[in-house]
Amino acid sequence: MINQSMTKILVGSLSDFPDRLGKTVCVGEKEVALFKIANEKIYAVENRCPHKGGVLSEGMVSGKFVFCPMHDWKICLDDGKVQEPDNGCVKTYKTIINEKDEIFIVIED
Amino acid sequence: MKKQKIVLVGNGMAGVNAIEEILKVSKDMFEIMIFGKEPHPNYNRILLSKVLQGDTDVKDITLNDWDWYKENNIALYTDESVVQIDSEKQEVKTDKGRIESYDKLIIATGSLPFILPLPGADKDGVTAFRDIKDTEKMLEVSKKYKKAAVIGGGLLGLEAARGLLNLGMDVTVIHIGPYLMERQLDENAGKLLQKELEEQGMKFLLQKQTEAIVGTRRVRGLAFKDGSYLKTDLVVMAVGIRPNVDLAINSGLEVNRGIVVNDYMETSAPNVYAVGECAEHNGIAYGLVAPLYEQGKVLAKHICETFTKPYKGSVLSTQLKVSGVEVFSAGDFIEAGDKKALKIFDEQDGIYKKIVLRGNKIVGAVLFGESKEGNRLFSMIKKQEDISETMKVAILQPLNEEKNGSLVESMDNDEIICGCNGVSKGTIVKAINEKGCTSVDQIKACTSASRSCGGCKTLISDLLEYSLGKEFDLAAGKEAICGCTSLSRDEVVEEIRTKGLTHIKEVMNVLGWENSEGCSKCRPALNYYLAMVNPTTYQDERESRFVNERMHANIQKDGTYSVVPRMYGGVTNANDLRKIADVVDKYEIPLVKVTGGQRIDLLGVKKEDLPKVWEDLDMPSGFAYGKSLRTVKTCVGEQFCRFGTQDSLGLGIRLEKKFEGLQTPHKVKMAVSACPRSCAESGFKDIGFIGIDGGWEIYVGGNGGTHVRGGDLLYKVKTDEEAIEITGAYLQYYRETANYLERTSAWIERVGLEHVKSILDDKKQRNKLNERMEATLSVYKDPWKEIVENNKTKKQLFEVVRS
Repeated sequence: MINQSMTKILVGSLSDFPDRLGKTVCVGEKEVALFKIANEKIYAVENRCPHKGGVLSEGMVSGKFVFCPMHDWKICLDDGKVQEPDNGCVKTYKTIINEKDEIFIVIED
Repeated sequence: MKKQKIVLVGNGMAGVNAIEEILKVSKDMFEIMIFGKEPHPNYNRILLSKVLQGDTDVKDITLNDWDWYKENNIALYTDESVVQIDSEKQEVKTDKGRIESYDKLIIATGSLPFILPLPGADKDGVTAFRDIKDTEKMLEVSKKYKKAAVIGGGLLGLEAARGLLNLGMDVTVIHIGPYLMERQLDENAGKLLQKELEEQGMKFLLQKQTEAIVGTRRVRGLAFKDGSYLKTDLVVMAVGIRPNVDLAINSGLEVNRGIVVNDYMETSAPNVYAVGECAEHNGIAYGLVAPLYEQGKVLAKHICETFTKPYKGSVLSTQLKVSGVEVFSAGDFIEAGDKKALKIFDEQDGIYKKIVLRGNKIVGAVLFGESKEGNRLFSMIKKQEDISETMKVAILQPLNEEKNGSLVESMDNDEIICGCNGVSKGTIVKAINEKGCTSVDQIKACTSASRSCGGCKTLISDLLEYSLGKEFDLAAGKEAICGCTSLSRDEVVEEIRTKGLTHIKEVMNVLGWENSEGCSKCRPALNYYLAMVNPTTYQDERESRFVNERMHANIQKDGTYSVVPRMYGGVTNANDLRKIADVVDKYEIPLVKVTGGQRIDLLGVKKEDLPKVWEDLDMPSGFAYGKSLRTVKTCVGEQFCRFGTQDSLGLGIRLEKKFEGLQTPHKVKMAVSACPRSCAESGFKDIGFIGIDGGWEIYVGGNGGTHVRGGDLLYKVKTDEEAIEITGAYLQYYRETANYLERTSAWIERVGLEHVKSILDDKKQRNKLNERMEATLSVYKDPWKEIVENNKTKKQLFEVVRS
């Protein structure tokens, strides 16, 4: 853990993000899907469905799950796990909201 | 231990079914190798007539796809025939010179169509009807030629003739006997059948013997023994089949008509079996599908050395696969000697029923016009049921439920319910209990039962009722809209209306949704139903829209989008084309393509660019992404075409302008053609118009997609106004009664064309429907324009954050 570098990246303020929808955030080469679900909770996952690479940021959000817009795979935003009957996993990112309601994504390398 | 090796000769239904049975008994006991002379994996040969009749596609009748062979480690050699068996060395040799040894050999070479040795039988345009190649040939010929002759008025001949009729050919059936299908029907039923088929447009020449096929290189006609002559461009020989026994004869096996087998399907050579149409058991070589499943089971168990009852022959039943005709026959159906018949003949309704009794036992039956009782009678015949206790006439009465229930109850688990696909009662019961199937359609998807002729549907639904009891009564009438609720579509819509519900969250709360935020199935559906019930007040919820309908563009696999601007009736002009060209240059759009709906598709547009592209185009959205009216395809019609009898462009543009942006349960496509040549393909659209002298024909329920369906004629009308009025009422009725994501083609089959007509025939109802349609259309705004003018939406939906 010691040698790991952690980068906190500012992506915008809470009010910039639409409710119960995703948004595409590009961090360098990486594409992250950021979701603001009910109660203004923020989740960030890799923006690629493990199935056929669908862009998750455009999926329908239901609670803490997103349905991939390509073939309706259901993915948990908490741990990135694909739900039954399909299986797989997407990378999740930690997010931080500071007192000024600014949102940061934490990228670990 | 080294695995035993099975070689199967013949990659058809009988052989592959036997292999499947073997795999069921012991999955890893054998190394399996299959040789087949056709270039396809195993397909359902009996469905070829459905392919020809246009009900299904060649690719949909595959039974075992290439992957199945791989998954089961089966070595498959297609396009390769076995030419020699050396039963002493236990080896086979193929036409490509390959030599393979075997421990067990299964011969399933099927049968060959019997080609009459007529002079001229080798001319172009003469074909049998046996495999995919023959079917494709007929489809091909029907595109170029008009007249067809089918030699043979049996089961296969009539199915072929019906198919050719569907393909628009003028079809004559030539039959040597005095009435049709004499192997399956008696004279009464045969005559009734002929009358019915004549009404469908088929022509018949009975008691005619063909003498020669006339023509130079290609067939031009048939000459008959009585000196008469028939002009034709295609000759289909369907006079029968003979077991394909050449290989067996060359290899010294005992052969009569077929390869002689005992009660365990063993031939005269050790470790060599035969199954299906090439085999002859107890003097009979069967030419129908049901026996092969019974034989396959016995063969498999015998090879795997598990206990099996011997095969004791099959009782046959037949059902003709021609739409609009119900014909059934089973067992020994000709009365003679000690066999006495009981007949009912209702001339008025064209219904004829007969059972044949030997003493108190029922041994055969023929049904025409109404064949519901077929399954029950067939089961009684197979069991040689004693009917001395029953009133004889009651046997021919339609079933009451109790009787029916007891029939499926009394069947053994391995008794076959679907003869076409070899699905047993046990398999269906398993699908009900373990996979949770609750409808005939689910059983069909799960097990293939009822996929072919559909004759077993009543039995399946009885079995559902018997297995699920009350649950089925509930399930039969309703299907929950998704896993979040037990309510059906109709119940939800009814609650929305009576309780005055206005938004999705409210529906979920009030109706007790199990999952408080719903799922990707129910939310778009509720969004649609709410807007349908409250057209002027409902606030669309974009969070519950699928991506395409939220973004008003079609997402592509790489996350870019495609943009299709509206082009009313497929008509464009220099100004629009110039704008499109400029947009393509400015935003570096990689692909510009003309669509099937007569518009222009700009593909590969980046999400951030969408609002700017729309703004620059300054054209309305084409809704190519929506569950809504897509396009109205048109031909040029009377304005330019020398054949056009109507102004198709005019009507098409009016329709598209009127109904653009209309939200519907699923996409809706229309087409307007100015004459019956139907260049706009009106017969395959949700609503299609065909110009005739003095008006329009309106066709509905057509579909050119995965489930191809020709449209049904709804009305003939005189004016454009009438056409638009009917369209409005029809579409509104569809909007109000269809399930979300149900195309009109499926909806019309579910509710029935006659029912829809009865609603639309009523002028009052039609007016009401049109009033509600007008209210819905009154609030339409072009979505692209709305987004372009709304900075907040642009930022929230289309902006990409770059950090």
